[in-house]
Amino acid sequence: MSAAVEQAAGGYNFAYLDEQTKRMIRRAILKAVAIPGYQVPFASREMPLPFGWGTGGIQVTASIIGPADTLKVIDQGADDTTNAVSIRQFFAKTAGVATTDRTSDATIVQTRHRIPETPLREDQIIVYQVPIPEPLRWLEPREAETRRMHALADYGPMYVRLYEDIAHFGRVTTAYDYPVMVNGRYLMRPSPIPKFDNPKMDMNPALQLFGAGREKRIYAVPPYTPVKSLDFTDHPFTVERWDKSCAICGADDSFLDEVITDDRGNRIFVCSDTDHCRSRSAAKAAE
Amino acid sequence: MSELSLSDVSASQHEPPLLRVTGLSKSFGAVVACRNVSFALWPGEVLGVVGESGSGKTTLLNCVAARLQPDAGRIEFQLRDGRVAELFEMSEPARRMLMRTDWGVVHQNPRDGLRLGVSAGANVGERLMAVGARHYGEIRGAASDWLRKVEIEVARIDDPPSTFSGGMQQRLQIARNLVSRPRLVLMDEPTGGLDVSVQARLLDLLRGLCDELRLAAIVVTHDLGVARLLAHRLMVMRGGEIVESGLTDQVLDDPQHPYSQLLVSSILQ
Repeated sequence: MSAAVEQAAGGYNFAYLDEQTKRMIRRAILKAVAIPGYQVPFASREMPLPFGWGTGGIQVTASIIGPADTLKVIDQGADDTTNAVSIRQFFAKTAGVATTDRTSDATIVQTRHRIPETPLREDQIIVYQVPIPEPLRWLEPREAETRRMHALADYGPMYVRLYEDIAHFGRVTTAYDYPVMVNGRYLMRPSPIPKFDNPKMDMNPALQLFGAGREKRIYAVPPYTPVKSLDFTDHPFTVERWDKSCAICGADDSFLDEVITDDRGNRIFVCSDTDHCRSRSAAKAAE
Repeated sequence: MSELSLSDVSASQHEPPLLRVTGLSKSFGAVVACRNVSFALWPGEVLGVVGESGSGKTTLLNCVAARLQPDAGRIEFQLRDGRVAELFEMSEPARRMLMRTDWGVVHQNPRDGLRLGVSAGANVGERLMAVGARHYGEIRGAASDWLRKVEIEVARIDDPPSTFSGGMQQRLQIARNLVSRPRLVLMDEPTGGLDVSVQARLLDLLRGLCDELRLAAIVVTHDLGVARLLAHRLMVMRGGEIVESGLTDQVLDDPQHPYSQLLVSSILQ
């Protein structure tokens, strides 16, 4: 590690955080992995970017990254958005690690709002940036009470919310940050990923880590852990579908963004996962 | 007061009691709210607790509802499988489960007992969902049934209780509690703040439901009229102690203790 430490630019420690802090965060991560879905408190540090921009994810990444790792950072599925670019540059600068846009080349994927369309592998870790880790927060404002509810697996009120949605709108209207049950025990917020991505969390071969910097919580879903989206037996969980396919690569099975192309109401749908779209287009061109 | 006299007046003395409270005491600092309160309650029986404000009625109810930890005393409840469990010796998950299946609590102010932000149907269905009901249609069916039973139009199932009148909110609270078919319901001034005609309807409904479901209930009230209509047996409390108890008509028509006499004579005729 010392060679890598030397490499790090600007007099910073490898990956910005000091070793003591990284140990503290690793301990929290180990506990989180041991109790899937349980929110482990940790002493979140000030990072050189504002809370809400991914401070939790960055701290988790900084604690697990090594000189041999290859990092990919995505924001809303794209590699070229401000948040993704600056976090990628941050680690390129402070850790000197290789970065990539390609999901299959990465060993660590830090993400905000999406899970890559390319299936993850056992040798990969995905780090989610979490704004609000507590799934019961909008139902119960008291932290002491939500912890008690988790301890007793008292998740009835969450179903009250789903019931309300179905009663008023005929379906569950939560489209992102859709609550999941991890390993049949803990209710978990999957961070604001679209519910389209929820099924990807279930029995995923990759380790999934969640960091909430402002709320000072870390939680995890270990590889091959069942993750079930909440639903009623007569209103099963479904993901969104589009009647269009991607205007660039033609994919009809990926999460599509609607893009307005002019001021006359024209619009196209394109893949939200830019790497997925690019690799499909390249494969098509090669044919 | 001895417990013997209580079992004497009970119609079903051969059956074990549903709830037995022995030597319950609770004080807040130097203020004694309940002192050595003992009573028993049999299935299907409605017990009224009357007394002036500050006599410890609500504290007693809160202790029995496990919302307050008493300083001394035992609260024993007969579970559905016949075992007798002490409330504060149970594990918290078991107690929570008991609270939302076998027990109901009707608050004086419906705002304390309802979720005002969600629809009437969700309010009624909450207990079912909390104990594991995961079929939307069945939950909704049960909610409509119970709204009908408490005389709320089923068409209002998706309206939030904040748009309901006071009497409807109180009835909704009752439906919300009874949906899990509890065996014991604790009511704190169930008719408080309602006008007399609404009170009368509510009392009528409660009486019908208690009979039909063979509910045991403890009704705390300062209104002797309510006590006479609802309660089979009556306990008069003063300064945290039970000063008199017996059959409702007996206590109200022939009060023995000077305080009971005062209480009864202070009703406007």
